[in-house]
Amino acid sequence: MTSNGNTAAGFEEGLQGASEKVAEFHDDKSLLKRVQHWLHQTPSAVPMIVLAVSVVVFAILSENFFRATTMSTILQQIAIVGILGCAQTLVILTAGIDLSVGAIAVFSSVLMGQLTFRYGIPAPMAIVLGLALGTAMGAINGLLISRLKLPPFIVTLGTWQIYLSANFIFSANETIRSQDIAESAPALQFWGNAVQPGGVKILFAVFLMIALVAIMSYVLRHTAWGRHVYAVGDDAEAAQLSGVRTDRMILQVYALAGLFCAIAGWVMIGRFGSVSPTASTGQLGNIQSITAVVIGGISLFGGRGSIVGMFFGALIVGVFEMGLRLVGTDPQWTFFLIGVLIIFAVAVDQWIRKVSS
Amino acid sequence: MTEPILKARNLVKRYGKVTALDHCDFELMPGEILAVIGDNGAGKSSLIKALSGAVQPDGGEIWLDGKKVEFASPLDARAHGIECVYQTLAMSPALSIADNMFMGRELRKPGIMGSLFRKLDRPAMEKFAREKLNELGLMTIQNINQAVETLSGGQRQGVAVARAAAFGSKVVILDEPTAALGVKESRRVLELIRDVRSRGIPIILISHNMPHVFEVADRIHIHRLGKRLCVIRPDDYTMSDAVAFMTGAKEAPGEPMAA
Repeated sequence: MTSNGNTAAGFEEGLQGASEKVAEFHDDKSLLKRVQHWLHQTPSAVPMIVLAVSVVVFAILSENFFRATTMSTILQQIAIVGILGCAQTLVILTAGIDLSVGAIAVFSSVLMGQLTFRYGIPAPMAIVLGLALGTAMGAINGLLISRLKLPPFIVTLGTWQIYLSANFIFSANETIRSQDIAESAPALQFWGNAVQPGGVKILFAVFLMIALVAIMSYVLRHTAWGRHVYAVGDDAEAAQLSGVRTDRMILQVYALAGLFCAIAGWVMIGRFGSVSPTASTGQLGNIQSITAVVIGGISLFGGRGSIVGMFFGALIVGVFEMGLRLVGTDPQWTFFLIGVLIIFAVAVDQWIRKVSS
Repeated sequence: MTEPILKARNLVKRYGKVTALDHCDFELMPGEILAVIGDNGAGKSSLIKALSGAVQPDGGEIWLDGKKVEFASPLDARAHGIECVYQTLAMSPALSIADNMFMGRELRKPGIMGSLFRKLDRPAMEKFAREKLNELGLMTIQNINQAVETLSGGQRQGVAVARAAAFGSKVVILDEPTAALGVKESRRVLELIRDVRSRGIPIILISHNMPHVFEVADRIHIHRLGKRLCVIRPDDYTMSDAVAFMTGAKEAPGEPMAA
């Protein structure tokens, strides 16, 4: 203690009698504030509510909607987007974006197919190679972003074109027919198999998607690696200073995203039967996965949201597509409403972020 | 004579043509609060970054506890028991207090859940974080799972100091801890600093706030033009003397004073 402590602190004498507490919490009683707080802590609540409401609305509008077969068809239709969404979720949580997810998926599926049929590699081996090459494509994104410090948007805009054109060049625009695959390499179509409890067909791909979402939900919430993904997206510099190796995290996240895309590529073969380099996923996969992520309440600015939200987001899109078709409206209404939902989701995200102020 | 716990000799750091550290010396004694003051651009930050591993000096040596050390990164310095509270606090706003306190050194569950499934031991982490905050009198933080962004500036500073004090076994470095705070919150942080010292951990305090420096520091290291100009005791000089030394308006006292 210094003897002139008193003189130095003299100008603060007026503080005497003031509250000494520095860390004081008062509960804000307003209902709106509470809702805001709750959403802040449970970011997947909004898409869950939207999903529940839309299911109820469509069930009322169309008697065919709320049936097991309809539900399983919806799940089947979102399987690929859901898996690409896992990849996109990881990347967006780090405040990045991956425009190449669809391209990696298509190229990986083509690689698996061509390695089997053109080069005669056994299908299981070709699948492993395809998964490894997809991971490598993601890792290239990650290297360019973490080492060369290039913006993720630009890097993946570039690699989207590169992977997609490499896919056309490598495959010579050649489609492998479904019958050929079924005959000589059924392993490629594994995820197209289905179980039929009570006559309701559920694809293996649906179980895979749900398993991946569940695993990643655990990893993101309950492991140090998962917390670091959030920390990097929240404030990369702060994460670095508090002991997270941000460059390595970013590389790992993009590589893992590449692996998920390759898995989606494998699932595509099961879903569509054939291997086609011109599959629409190559062009639309990125937008569809970003849509699921955004509607799922994950912040494009990184660090906020949950992968379960992405799953709800993908389901909402699936429910809208199916529901509006059953109701018999012009299918363009689907995209109209999804556009509205995207803007709504981002507006809610901005509002939730204000909880701190 | 007691040995300094942290000592640096002839530190040099150049950024291109700019010499931020010009054969700078530094000594921190056990159990003391050493303030580092200096004008803008004097090289305070570079000195602190060199001591905390954030930059690697081009020349010179650092000893910790009498042993020569070289820090390749802040993680490295942390492993040696040197914790730094950065001016920006280095916290992830959306994550909880407990998550932030354990960032980069999380605890895992014992047994297979931890080793194979890498599951975090949340209850242990929360208990530890709560204890540490209580020790520093921040017990009014009720919910340890609260996101850091919902805390006030003073509370965040408190959590950052608690984190450093909890893990900094040898040295705690505080960079401008009161710069962003109001009068009341500053007062609380100064008390926190004293609390940490009373637990035997020496502190390096970088500050522009002369009243704060003169109030809590045991010794004051005055930095000028990339090197240590002198070390004074706050009792021997006035604040205006210190300002005069650090701006060069007044000749510094003869030789750097021993502890």
